[in-house]
Amino acid sequence: MKILLNGEAFATDAKTLDELCARLGFAEARIATAVNGSFVAAPLRGSTPLTEADEIEIVAPRQGG
Amino acid sequence: MLTLYGKEFTSRLLLGTAQYPSPESLKLAVTASGAEIVTVSLRRESARARTGQGFWALIEELGCQVLPNTAGCRTAKEAVATAHMARELFGTTWIKLEVIANDDTLQPDLFGLVEAAGVLSGEGFEVLPYTTEDLSAAERLVAAGCAVLMPWAAPIGSARGLVNKEALKTLRAYFPDIPLVIDAGLGAPSHAAEVMELGYDAVLLNTAVAKAGDPVKMAAAFAKAVEAGRLAFEAGLIEPRDMASPSTPVAGTPFFKIDHAS
Repeated sequence: MKILLNGEAFATDAKTLDELCARLGFAEARIATAVNGSFVAAPLRGSTPLTEADEIEIVAPRQGG
Repeated sequence: MLTLYGKEFTSRLLLGTAQYPSPESLKLAVTASGAEIVTVSLRRESARARTGQGFWALIEELGCQVLPNTAGCRTAKEAVATAHMARELFGTTWIKLEVIANDDTLQPDLFGLVEAAGVLSGEGFEVLPYTTEDLSAAERLVAAGCAVLMPWAAPIGSARGLVNKEALKTLRAYFPDIPLVIDAGLGAPSHAAEVMELGYDAVLLNTAVAKAGDPVKMAAAFAKAVEAGRLAFEAGLIEPRDMASPSTPVAGTPFFKIDHAS
C-alpha cells in the first residue's frame, strides 16, 4: 500500500498506525501523529487502520519561537 | 509576579528556543535570561535523524514551563490539529496559537485565529494567541476564551521594536486585567524596557537573543531591561512636557532678581 508519510510517498504493509510507528523505530519515541489532517492520540493508534493514500504525519518536539 | 493561566512566574521574559548557534548556547541563554517559560514547536520527525528526541531531552533538562506554538499553520483547522498534537507531545494544555496570513509579514490571520481560539478554549486549552495590536481582534479573542493576549510589536524577526506604540498603549488601557505579552518584533533591550514601561506584563523573545553576536550576553541584557522597565512602570513614570522645568529649587537662587520688564 502506498501512503504519504510526512509529505513523501511511502510504501508499507503495516495494517495500523501503531504498527507503522513501530516499524519506523518510534515505538518508544516521543512523537505525535495525525491521519488525513486530524490528530490521532497515542492510545488510538492501534485501532487506527491504514488505507491506501492515507496522509500520515509523525511529529516530534522541535525548536520554536 | 507574573500570573498566566493561574501559574505564577518570577521572570517576565519568555524565551524562544530556535536559531541558536548550538544546543549549549541555547541552554546558557535560557539560564542567563532567567526565563521560566520557553517556547517550542513540533515538526515532522525523520526515522533516520530522530532530531526531535534529542531536543526533547534538552528541554526536559531546562526544567521550564514549555509553551508549544502552532508556527507555520495557515488555517484554523491546521492550527487546531497541531495544538492537539502539541498537547500530547509536550504534556501541557498551554498553546501559543499562531495562524499565519502572509509569508512576508508573518502577520496573524485574525479571523482564523479567533476561530481556532474558540475551538481550543472550548476543548480546555489555555490559549496564548499571537495577534496584532488590533483592538477589535483582541476583544474577539477574549470573548473566545483567551485569558492572555500576545500582540506583536513588529513582524517576527524584524527587530524593529514598537511600530505602533499608541495602539499598544490603547490595548493596555482597554484590558487592564488581561495579561498582555509582547510577542515578536523586538530587537534591542531598550525595546523590551519600553514595552515594560507601558505596563505590559511580559515580553517573548527569540531572534533578538539567538541571532545576537553573543546570545548568552544578550539574554542577560534583555533580562535586565525587562526588569528595569517593569520597575519603572511600578514606580510611575513622569509625564513628558513641552517646556523646561528647573530641577534645582528656584527659591534662594543667589543674585536672583524678578525681571519686571517681562
